[in-house]
Amino acid sequence: MVTYQGDGWTALGDPTRRAIFELLADRPRAVGELASDLPVSRPAVSQHLKVLKEAGLVMDRAEGTRRIYRLDPDGLAALRSNLERFWGRALVAYKATVEQSTKEDR
Amino acid sequence: MSTQAAATTVRSSIVVEASIERAFSVFTEDFGSFKPREHNMLEVDIAETVFEPRVGGHLYDRGVDGSECRWARVLAYEPPERVVFSWDISPQWQIETDVDKTSEVEVRFIAETPERTRVELEHRNLDRHGDGWEGVREGVGGDEGWPLYLRRFSEVLS
Repeated sequence: MVTYQGDGWTALGDPTRRAIFELLADRPRAVGELASDLPVSRPAVSQHLKVLKEAGLVMDRAEGTRRIYRLDPDGLAALRSNLERFWGRALVAYKATVEQSTKEDR
Repeated sequence: MSTQAAATTVRSSIVVEASIERAFSVFTEDFGSFKPREHNMLEVDIAETVFEPRVGGHLYDRGVDGSECRWARVLAYEPPERVVFSWDISPQWQIETDVDKTSEVEVRFIAETPERTRVELEHRNLDRHGDGWEGVREGVGGDEGWPLYLRRFSEVLS
């Protein structure tokens, strides 16, 4: 899990890959669509997609002659799981604090 | 408590048995009381955590030796309904000085009854932290960063 998450952050360390990631967060797209929205070549986009895919951040499927890429919900879940846990725990502790102080004031 | 997720966002919410005014004031004034001690980037123990109640203020920890660590900037302060602060902490659990590489946390307080408040937290733009992760990770080693910290955090609270 830790290694996997590190891979995800590493993959997003590149500005072009982050741009691709953000475009795919908006909606699934084909390689050609991504290339037309970014100042990089289609082969470069394909290479970045390969890295994102290996990091578990995006997934692809064939649609006719095109490959459609979208965010991999499982990979993203792994990337975010630490912060979900962080805030989940923090809010539970917060609830205990606020309700304790409410009682003390009564 | 419930937790949901979107692409680059973490959402979490909880209902507390308290008025909206109290829910807001405890969250901001007593942040240090529910923030675990392990959330600490100082060299020494934390004496107090300060949440400056104004836009442009900071969230900072003050160590027992007087040293300070500012780890968030207050972006919105609208008592008792809403507060937004930046998250100037890198995935390696170090202070991030490049604001373009920081995410943000919005907390909304919604009165369900006069004595019950829903607190909704959204930590968004997480992908911004990705830039720079690689270089720091090479120097620090994969097991010394945030994941390690959070493991300790969950051990303390569970």
